[in-house]
Amino acid sequence: MVTYIFRRILQSILVLLVVGLVAFAMFTFIGDPIDNMLGQERTQEDIDRLRGVLGLDQPFVVQYVKFVISAMQGNFGVSYEQGRPVAQILAERAPATLELAAVSALFALSLGVVLGVYTAIHRKGFVANLVLTLSLIGVSLPTFLIGILLIYLFSVQLDWLPSFGRGETVDLGGWTTGFLTSSGMRALILPSITLGLYQMTLIMRLVRSEMMEVMRQDYIRFARARGLSERAITFRHALKNTMVPVITVTGLQLGSLIAFAIITETVFQWPGMGLLFINAIKFVDIPVMAAYLMLISVMFVGINLIVDLLYVSIDPRLRT
Amino acid sequence: MGLLDITDLTVEFPTRRRLFTAVDALNLKVNPGEIHGLVGESGAGKSTVGAAVMGLLDPPGRIAKGNIVFKNQLVDTSDGAVMHALRGRRISMIFQDPLTSLNPLLTIGDQLTETIRANLQVSASDADGRARELLDRVGIPDPDSRLNQYPHQFSGGMRQRVVIALALCSEPDVIIADEPTTALDVAIQAQILDLIRDVVDERKVGVILITHDMGVIANTTDRVTVMYRGKVVETGPTAKILSAPEHAYTQSLIAAVPRPHKKVHRFPRINYDGDDPDFAIEDLARDWPRYDNAPGKPLLSVRDLTKRFIEKRSLLPWGNRYFTAVDQLSFDIMPGEVLGLVGESGSGKSTVARMIAGLYKVDGGRVTFDGDLVSDLSNRKVQRAYRQEIQMIFQDPFSSLNPRMRVDQIVAEPLRHHRLLSGQDIPDRVGELLEQVGLGADARLKYPHEFSGGQRQRIAIARALATQPRFLICDEPTSALDVSIQAQILNILKDLQDHLGLTILFISHALPVVRQMCDRVAVMRRGQIVELADSEQLFTAPKHDYTKELLRLTPRTENMFEKPEA
Amino acid sequence: MSALSRFWDSDFAWDFRHSPVAVVSFLVALLLVLSAVFAPLIATMNPFVPANLNLMNGFTAPGVPNQFTNETFLLGTDDQGRDVYSTILYGMRISLFVGFAAVALGMIIGVTLGLIAGYFGGWTDAVIMRIADVQLTFPSILVAMLIFGVAKGITPVEYRDQLAIWVLILSIGLSDWVQFARVVRGATMVEKQKEYVQAARLIGRGALPILTRHILPNVLSPVLVIATISLALAIIAEATLSFLGVGAPSTQPSLGTLIRIGQGFLFSGEWWILFFPSVTLLALALSVNLLGDWLRDALNPKLK
Repeated sequence: MVTYIFRRILQSILVLLVVGLVAFAMFTFIGDPIDNMLGQERTQEDIDRLRGVLGLDQPFVVQYVKFVISAMQGNFGVSYEQGRPVAQILAERAPATLELAAVSALFALSLGVVLGVYTAIHRKGFVANLVLTLSLIGVSLPTFLIGILLIYLFSVQLDWLPSFGRGETVDLGGWTTGFLTSSGMRALILPSITLGLYQMTLIMRLVRSEMMEVMRQDYIRFARARGLSERAITFRHALKNTMVPVITVTGLQLGSLIAFAIITETVFQWPGMGLLFINAIKFVDIPVMAAYLMLISVMFVGINLIVDLLYVSIDPRLRT
Repeated sequence: MGLLDITDLTVEFPTRRRLFTAVDALNLKVNPGEIHGLVGESGAGKSTVGAAVMGLLDPPGRIAKGNIVFKNQLVDTSDGAVMHALRGRRISMIFQDPLTSLNPLLTIGDQLTETIRANLQVSASDADGRARELLDRVGIPDPDSRLNQYPHQFSGGMRQRVVIALALCSEPDVIIADEPTTALDVAIQAQILDLIRDVVDERKVGVILITHDMGVIANTTDRVTVMYRGKVVETGPTAKILSAPEHAYTQSLIAAVPRPHKKVHRFPRINYDGDDPDFAIEDLARDWPRYDNAPGKPLLSVRDLTKRFIEKRSLLPWGNRYFTAVDQLSFDIMPGEVLGLVGESGSGKSTVARMIAGLYKVDGGRVTFDGDLVSDLSNRKVQRAYRQEIQMIFQDPFSSLNPRMRVDQIVAEPLRHHRLLSGQDIPDRVGELLEQVGLGADARLKYPHEFSGGQRQRIAIARALATQPRFLICDEPTSALDVSIQAQILNILKDLQDHLGLTILFISHALPVVRQMCDRVAVMRRGQIVELADSEQLFTAPKHDYTKELLRLTPRTENMFEKPEA
Repeated sequence: MSALSRFWDSDFAWDFRHSPVAVVSFLVALLLVLSAVFAPLIATMNPFVPANLNLMNGFTAPGVPNQFTNETFLLGTDDQGRDVYSTILYGMRISLFVGFAAVALGMIIGVTLGLIAGYFGGWTDAVIMRIADVQLTFPSILVAMLIFGVAKGITPVEYRDQLAIWVLILSIGLSDWVQFARVVRGATMVEKQKEYVQAARLIGRGALPILTRHILPNVLSPVLVIATISLALAIIAEATLSFLGVGAPSTQPSLGTLIRIGQGFLFSGEWWILFFPSVTLLALALSVNLLGDWLRDALNPKLK
């Protein structure tokens, strides 16, 4: 088991190094940072001096190692567009995205699992079929359309909830939260539904199909033949076995919420990292793009490690 | 009245093309303390009977007709509450595969106590004690620590014991055992059957033992019912049915069982439903090339053959733990000889075949064929010639033919690849081959799924014979087939050896089959040959203890009915 | 003819005929694809040729005659007087073209790499699948955006609009191959163990004929299912990128671009500019999704 986890950690580090390489390659090969940082009036002397300062005259590998080291210290360079350190910009934006993603994850996970189990048990039921059909519509509706629809309904027509922004926030020493004010909470409702709905339908459909798969297994037939109640079969035998594959995919899904927030944040003008990233793409602001990429992969690797640990705790076959 | 009385049971599966009657007006009676065998070939409907009694028919199956009477009470299988009260409490079931019958995520103790508490009104600690007792009863040593273990920590035989313990949780009156030993090796099979017998004698339960294996029937059951295509053809005391069967189907079925105690020239032709087409061996032999083999010189020679597999992958490649599947094996095969390679699962016999065939790289040792070193896969010239000389018949005819290729493409592939023929000669030759294996030339435009198991194995034989090879490897060629089909295929293989002078390496786990086929036999255990002797000598006077043990555990069939050879 | 009638009689065709959902979604998808293909014939005008437009026709409501020109438009017009019905037909052309091309690209890359990884195993497999794992770390929409951003960085400004469609195809296609590769790899590893592959190796067949003639035909049904679902996802991804303004340019608008434009008029009451493209996009994605869902069940032997 120790080997298993140790190997996963090694793999995670490898993943981060590869992502770092991609991010670094973006720096090096796309656009010339000198062009971006110096204005029109520049001398060859200026260019050479800046090259030296930035270390651009050193071999690729050395530059990459330096990049990794400074990235580990949270130093991602300076935004071409805003002229401020990228780390500082990201730190300002992170709380908005993380709070949004957390609420969405909670919503997607709880409703997704409950509905998935329900539709798997009542396969032929009317409600189950209705939920399934609605879920396919949910999968087919692009996130941005869901957002627009919700805004139209609850902001424009009913005027119940705000259509953009975070509402009032409270600054808790560098972390601005919307959880502590009623306007902040109200502002969270529509964006988190928008962000979580797609993941919710995915989780629900996955739980349902895995559960139906498990229900066909021999050990379920044998459990039935031994006279166990349907309740015990469903919740003790089937659900636990369903969770093994579901956890992996769910981990991936929840990780992708942070990235998917780009779309939601655009629709709701939510001042998070996603909105920052989409602007960075439009302005080809490579340092911001690269830093965002690294940040996402760190979070992802973290979530994957937690998933692996959960795995071990559920499946005894991994413990030996 | 018996313990369980099934009368006129009819089970139907409506499909879109027709109504399929899986079980047709079956009558069956089980008495307390009796093992009632239900035997038949695949598709006979024997497993459906078990599922129907338990109310566990897979949709769209349904009981169309018939009564199930348990302890003089009519059982309504459509009533969920009634069935729930019966299932597990009064009637238990044992499934074929112990690997998949247990929930991998719960401990054995959890699964036992849960079943006990679901069926008997007992406290948690009483259930725990009873679980311990049950494990002890089914012969699992050290039940205290075993209770806290998970299924994957048990071996196959031990798992099947756990399954039996689970079936015994509620002191049932009837146990339905559906092929309980089919997935197990012969030694474990004997132990499990003994255990079932003991339980029956001790608790006077009635058992329906569903199996395809006449040996199991002969050695374990008191009464037997023979099924054919959903219908009962014969029923009665086991000794009587086996020694003096009345129905023609039962007669042919029993006659087709290979006997461990004597070798027959050919199996009697079983033509019960006309599915035994002629194999035109004379036509095939007419233009078969003949080789002058130097006397006393082996055709194939294996020296110090070794194969290791990674057992546990470590963080670093040199820390991997290896498992030696084949350990410095050496033997020779003479031209025209059939050498048997026999052993239990995991003994490494199939690995040997795959190394000789060049499908696995050897980790040590060498294989020479007709003087050429063929275990060096990088020598292209030798490999190309060798590929024409050897062919292989595989175990499962449902997997050895590409389902997306037409039969003519399958049979023609070796001809085209080796450029042995071209143009119109290819379809002509394919047609001939298919005629010769008894399928008829119009088989070539069909796809494999349109054929039965026996027919598919004939297609595989046609493909193997296309390049006119000298050496044939048969890897469990009949173990996936019904016994009547097995007899046909074994007869064909005997013909091939007699008329074409083919040299054959015959791999099997079934000693009776090996005795029928082989001139010499090598017994393998844990990657090594423990005994290699002439077939008759090995079966009549085995030297090694392991060989003696295997022979002792093989079900006895001496007193079974024998039809005079055709 | 016999092949056709045999297909008609097959379980697959029978299942299809007896599933109203499958038939309806197939017909809807077919209708949408055909109307996109024949857009120049059935549209009232090509709305992206400025000469065809009359600014006076701007903001005409659906089915109501314009107050200045007295022209009527079935689905209304946008701010520049473009007929919404025609913009949808032309927009769908872009959406579908990008969708099909991106799926084809992802499929070719994914199936090839999946076959190679599954069949050869070892280091080849490890390298391919680790790349897939790393890419899977990021949602495909993000990968597509990154590729789009990088491509934007490399291409000269004056070609950006012209190349935008191809960059879109490349970025969605490259973000999509992992699904194909994973499934094909898994199926290949199963097929590789089957005895028919061993039989082909025994004859002496090399890796290429075994992969293309033996294994590929046997792993195609899951590929078909993923391709269908991927098509819906690709259409949505394209719409999303275009909506975010990093996809199809307004000179060559797709359904997503149209929705982005329409969103601006949501609060001012010209709902039709947003509504009709959205409904079309939903109909397209939903019908393809339903078809994919049905295919998955129909081709899954375990559910029979």
